[in-house]
Amino acid sequence: MSALNMSTNGYAIDRRKLIAGFAAASVVSLTPRAYAQAPSGPFRLDPLPYANNKNEPHIDAMTMEIHHDRHHAAYVNNLNGLANQLGGLADKPLDQILVKMTDVPEAIRTAVRNNGGGHANHTMFWQIMGGSGGEPKGDLKAAIERDLGGLAKLQENFNAAGGRVFGSGWVFVTVAPDGKLALTSKPNQDTPLMDGQRVLMGNDVWEHAYYLKYQNRRPDYLKAWWNVLNWDKIEARYADAKAGKLTI
Amino acid sequence: MSFTLPELPYAYDALQPYMSRETLEYHHDKHHLAYVNNGNNALKGTEWEGKPLEDVVKGSFGKNPAVFNNAGQHFNHLHFWKWMKPNGGGDKMPGELEKKITADLGGVAKMKEDFAAAGVGQFGSGWAWLAVKDGKIIIAKTPNGESPLVHGATPILGCDVWEHSYYIDYRNRRPDYLKAFMDHLVNWDYVAELYAKAAK
Repeated sequence: MSALNMSTNGYAIDRRKLIAGFAAASVVSLTPRAYAQAPSGPFRLDPLPYANNKNEPHIDAMTMEIHHDRHHAAYVNNLNGLANQLGGLADKPLDQILVKMTDVPEAIRTAVRNNGGGHANHTMFWQIMGGSGGEPKGDLKAAIERDLGGLAKLQENFNAAGGRVFGSGWVFVTVAPDGKLALTSKPNQDTPLMDGQRVLMGNDVWEHAYYLKYQNRRPDYLKAWWNVLNWDKIEARYADAKAGKLTI
Repeated sequence: MSFTLPELPYAYDALQPYMSRETLEYHHDKHHLAYVNNGNNALKGTEWEGKPLEDVVKGSFGKNPAVFNNAGQHFNHLHFWKWMKPNGGGDKMPGELEKKITADLGGVAKMKEDFAAAGVGQFGSGWAWLAVKDGKIIIAKTPNGESPLVHGATPILGCDVWEHSYYIDYRNRRPDYLKAFMDHLVNWDYVAELYAKAAK
């Protein structure tokens, strides 16, 4: 018996596609070290670039551990599980796969979108945290003032956009090749990379990103998140984007 | 008629250890309450103000996200509390319902397996369902605040797979939560009651 996918498109999907659509949540009872036992494949989960407790007290160590070692690991594992169906695409950089989803075989397209997007989003996410907040400097500071009304205005609009995401999703600042910045949000694990854009920074507003510490108080999480940003890393991403070197 | 938050039909600790008191406190007192309050605010001055809930849900779908999201989730949660009970779940259910599930879904065991698969396969926030459509019981999944109601079907069982429904108790282990829901929490009598109404 097939399950009916009652999405807004209202299309029915068969069981094979349903299974292909399995995501982070499909991994049962991973041990804390599960990410180290990931099936081999072209996609790799890098360790967190800092200790689990580095973002305390704003983001607790338990949340960081589960988020990285289980949720992100599941996206990577699922993606590697799909690699043999990706054919030659599996050897391409992730941003190049995500920007042309129509090249991905239809049977695994949703799964690649979900898990590939999840892998890209989280890879960026770990990188830009682990700092102590504060303010950006130089070029990036000027660009934020020019395009987004300054840091305070960006924070206000970014947090409001995060509050408006109904259900799971992300808020992003995108960066164009000429350095122009823009604010956007996406549902689930979609990413501006799928529209051919580059992501400067983004915050995860899936409940798993904040529920253990903030429960239903997403606005408090959004506000606290700025305290753990590593602006040096974000400035480096900005320079890379302008040099055409930024990928995911 | 404005939305109001109902009392839980059992004590906050009645569903332990499968669903904790803490989960029910946040889920009912905070999340459901927010849908009620935000829904009432969003309804003000719209064509759906004062209409029966199911009409609001169906009418606002695809037209007014602020009304729909909150009304949809209010509808879903009103039933969700009643779809569970202490010492529920398992394979014992009223005969008519069991017969229909066997006929349409290949048996109770198969239904439970496919229902859980639908819940696991719902990427991001959403719900897994049993619903009656064109005289048959079907398994379905929907994102966010949607339900079979807006897809031409009548929901008779729903499981909330938003992370807020299970993260405190199960973390990332959504499959374990769905299994516990089916094995220990479902109020099959209420499902049978809704089935009987839908089948009329």
